[in-house]
Amino acid sequence: MTQPPAIEFDTVAYGIGELSAEFTFERAPGTVTAILGPSGAGKSTLLNLAAGFLEPRTGRILQGGRPVNGLPPSARGVSMVFQDNNLFAHLDIRTNIGLGLDPALRLDAGTWKKVETALERVGLAGFGRRQPASLSGGERQRVALARAFVRRRPLLLLDEPFDGLGPGLAADMLGLMLEIRAEVGATVLMVTHDPDEARAAADQILLVSKGRIAADAPAEGFFDRHDLPELEAYLGRNAGP
Amino acid sequence: MRRFHIIPVALLACLPLAAGPAASADKTLTVYTYESFVSEWGPGPKIEATFEAQCGCDLKWVGVSDGVALLNRLKLESGRSEAGVVLGLDTNLVSEAKATGLFEPHGLPTDAVSVPGGYSDEVFIPYDYGHFAVIYDTETIANPPTSLKDLVEGDPNQKIVIQDPRTSTPGLGLLLWVKSVYGDDAASAWESLSKRVLTVTPGWSEAYGLFTSGEAPMVLSYTTSPAYHMVAEDTKRYQAAEFSEGHYLQIEVAGLLANAPDKELARQFLAFMMTPGFQDEIPTNNWMMPAAAVSIDLPEAFSTLVSPEKTFLYSSDDVAANRAAWIEEWLGAMSR
Amino acid sequence: MLTRSEHRASTAGGVAALAVIGLALAVPVMVLLSQGTGTGVSASQGAYIARITWFTLLQAGLSTLLSVGFAVPLARALARRPSFRGRRWLISLFAVPLGLPPLVAALGLLEVWGRNGVANRGLALFGVETPFSIYGLSGILIAHVFFNLPLAARLILPGLERLPPEYWKTAANLGMGGLSLFRLVEWPAMRRSAGAAGGLVFMLCATSFTLVLVLGGGPAATTLEVAIYQSLRFDFDPGRAVLLSAIQIGLTLAVMLGLRLISLPTEAGDTKGGATSRPDVARGWRSLPDVALIGAAGVFVAAPLVAVVVSGLAADLARLLTDALFWRAAATSLAIGLAAACVAVSLAGLMVRARFSVGERPGSPGLGLLSGLAAAAGSLTLLVPPVVLGAGWFLMLGGGAGQLLAPLSVIVLINALMALPFVMRVIEPAHQGAMERNGRLALSLGITGINRIRQIDVPALLAPLATGFVFAVALSLGDLGAIALFGSDRIVTLPWLLYQKLGSYRTADAAGLALLLGAATMALMIVADRLGNRSGAAPLAGRQLR
Repeated sequence: MTQPPAIEFDTVAYGIGELSAEFTFERAPGTVTAILGPSGAGKSTLLNLAAGFLEPRTGRILQGGRPVNGLPPSARGVSMVFQDNNLFAHLDIRTNIGLGLDPALRLDAGTWKKVETALERVGLAGFGRRQPASLSGGERQRVALARAFVRRRPLLLLDEPFDGLGPGLAADMLGLMLEIRAEVGATVLMVTHDPDEARAAADQILLVSKGRIAADAPAEGFFDRHDLPELEAYLGRNAGP
Repeated sequence: MRRFHIIPVALLACLPLAAGPAASADKTLTVYTYESFVSEWGPGPKIEATFEAQCGCDLKWVGVSDGVALLNRLKLESGRSEAGVVLGLDTNLVSEAKATGLFEPHGLPTDAVSVPGGYSDEVFIPYDYGHFAVIYDTETIANPPTSLKDLVEGDPNQKIVIQDPRTSTPGLGLLLWVKSVYGDDAASAWESLSKRVLTVTPGWSEAYGLFTSGEAPMVLSYTTSPAYHMVAEDTKRYQAAEFSEGHYLQIEVAGLLANAPDKELARQFLAFMMTPGFQDEIPTNNWMMPAAAVSIDLPEAFSTLVSPEKTFLYSSDDVAANRAAWIEEWLGAMSR
Repeated sequence: MLTRSEHRASTAGGVAALAVIGLALAVPVMVLLSQGTGTGVSASQGAYIARITWFTLLQAGLSTLLSVGFAVPLARALARRPSFRGRRWLISLFAVPLGLPPLVAALGLLEVWGRNGVANRGLALFGVETPFSIYGLSGILIAHVFFNLPLAARLILPGLERLPPEYWKTAANLGMGGLSLFRLVEWPAMRRSAGAAGGLVFMLCATSFTLVLVLGGGPAATTLEVAIYQSLRFDFDPGRAVLLSAIQIGLTLAVMLGLRLISLPTEAGDTKGGATSRPDVARGWRSLPDVALIGAAGVFVAAPLVAVVVSGLAADLARLLTDALFWRAAATSLAIGLAAACVAVSLAGLMVRARFSVGERPGSPGLGLLSGLAAAAGSLTLLVPPVVLGAGWFLMLGGGAGQLLAPLSVIVLINALMALPFVMRVIEPAHQGAMERNGRLALSLGITGINRIRQIDVPALLAPLATGFVFAVALSLGDLGAIALFGSDRIVTLPWLLYQKLGSYRTADAAGLALLLGAATMALMIVADRLGNRSGAAPLAGRQLR
């Protein structure tokens, strides 16, 4: 018996006219997919549909074989990390993570312990009482990963989370993300505009262009292909030798 | 001051223009009074026409909100007033008005004047009189108060609009009425009555307007007020409540200002005030009882009015000696 | 970038402007003090004064509680529904009470909440026996909430709308419920502006004059400001007026210090409206509470405005417009407004220039003091309310009887001082910006002194100067506080005429007049706001209500 896909888009359509999008794809549990494409192509729309922030006009979204259309974001088994503002700036670090365990923040000593463990896991032991503003950008993203870590949702959605961190730091963070993904056993959809990031982290690629999936392929050797006009355009090598 | 003229929508005749229509006559007399006296529907315009025909002069009215405000204004202007005559104080205020030194004796024979109690004074001349009364709306109130005590102790949900004794002679009249009946217990009577008071207005006009527009089912006015509704509106809906303790009397007076620009003209007006040319306009325009002979018959409605058997009237010396203290008492009780 | 002689001229101008303001404030206060000595306070008088002081605080406190108490959930509901049809329109509607003369609003409120108004007739349908009374405390509270709920909501809303969209997505992702979202995210974002709004509202309500004058229910519902007016116009008791003024000034000073409102509050600013989507917010029938709240607030604010328009149109406008007195009042109002605006803009200009000049020459304690005083001058009018100012001048002029020019000048001055803080707030940043752009260039071209002011500075500042000017005219046009003491048959302004007509219960005339006055001030406010938006300054943001 085969496991159902961790996430499946079945002719999921959103919006109409110029800005419409339609996606069909599925991903097996435990995979890491990089979503690439020019800006405005619909990468974030895809992620927001998966997260439940947007509702499709038609089509079905399934998680682990279970239709999730109409379910609120919190009921979908999804954790999400954005490029910025993942933390509530006026709440201290442990509270920000604690909210991942109970959104009403009714936590007992045992649960607070989990928060501490998560902070240790991302290398920020002892940061619990600090305010987000006193942390560097990279440290804040680690906190966001720590929250995703404690929530242990089967689907992890990342919207350019390591953008603007600088190449060295981004690579470290990517490594941390992959470790956590492995410990939680989550499936990852990661929007990025950095082909190197995709190469380093992803098993598979979704190339999105003009609201459609232009390519759905293994990451291995993907960037060496020359048969995809959208990829040529995206990487800016169509005029190359 | 029974000024029904303003209840139908009135044009603003009452706010005289400093730069009003240029007077053709070379003599001008300015008379300070309360505003409703001179509104389009009040006696002012008719009296003005009659007097101007006699004197060959220009009569100019200046209206302020109510009678006590008249006195305040004179004090404020302390002798710089441009007026020759002040019309609209009442006997309660006479001593205080004299004490300002702004008035001088009129020097006129006042035999024609006849008011209850036979008032006579060398400075002020009565021009009309009336009895204060609570007017109620028969469509809202089935059992009107039959005594001041009833009024004071009645249902706080049945509201009354009264006037401020600091600006209005009816307001001051009610203050003195309560004092006459309750004496030293007046403060606690006011405290009790204040629960029934919807609001306190600076002048009679606003209070009566609130009453007729249905904001409150009772208002402090005069026993003569129902006559207006019977004559002008042909309705008996609004009636005066007769109080067993008796009613407070008001005698309205006019006086000559010492700084009058043209004293002869001012005296001429005061003399005219005691003739039918003036007095005829009082009953059905000011809705008060005339203080001298009239050449007309009073409408039938006047015979149906409450006619108090017992009346109260403080001497103006008593009022002058106590007004400030009694108003303090009133403020204290009403703000509790 | 000013030359030495320009610095000297700026300093002199600033000193002159401060002297004018100082005199305008000091003279009446001195008069009040000298007149007030020697009058003792009897026990009953003391009790009365204590009670109205208490009532002043009570009504201001309750007004603040209600205004901000409703503004917080209202702002929250508006932030939760960023893109419904008519939202932009509704938020503009909430700016209307800010520009409306209180007297006009009072008329509309009477139409809606009076004994025979819509509200009471509605209550009667539900079998409520005892009608709601617009007079006394309840009326004052309704009026204050009408003015300040929209103000507070507009002050609070931007705090929520400024939050990054990721917050709402994270909240939705984590499944934070409405209550914990409010407690952990929304309230912290609103707390500061809600506090500032509360302080402002309390201040405005503690010094509210017109609304209490019209809707107060007698001695039991009188505030200090109204009692000051009454002790002069009703009793002619200067001693009491002085005592009450002293209490009033002490009270406003305490409130200002307590709330650190000397630099008054956050800008209301323009809300983006609809830029952020709210995935955390439920739709369908579960949006009902928000819809109900927003709808109720909209109706609450719109109903009195509609009432003013409807009853105004029903009045005999044609007759009103052919009435000589109306035109005389309009002309007087306009003349006072224009004069007050000239004074306010001149004073503001001089002080802004002086502050800029001082800013370029740091270090001198004397100049620093000048700059500080100039900045504080704006708030001083909040400290000494117009009725108190008027009371001092009123006593000095012997009630203004028989005079024309002196009382008119005083009214102009008081109105100018009232507008000053807002005019300064519009001009100062624009002046700063213009000097940064043009200063060096003008200096290098040798355009200095009066030539520079005429050819460079004034043209560059035209839009903010015009904004301040129009705003000052509008503020003056709707003011009753200054005219209340001096109004007479000689000096009649539109608000004064309206008050007279309300007092003599000429309701139809009053309704027509209210519509005309309201329309005129609103038109001016909109012009000022448009001009202000062009120059990046919104004078409506924190205007005071009187």
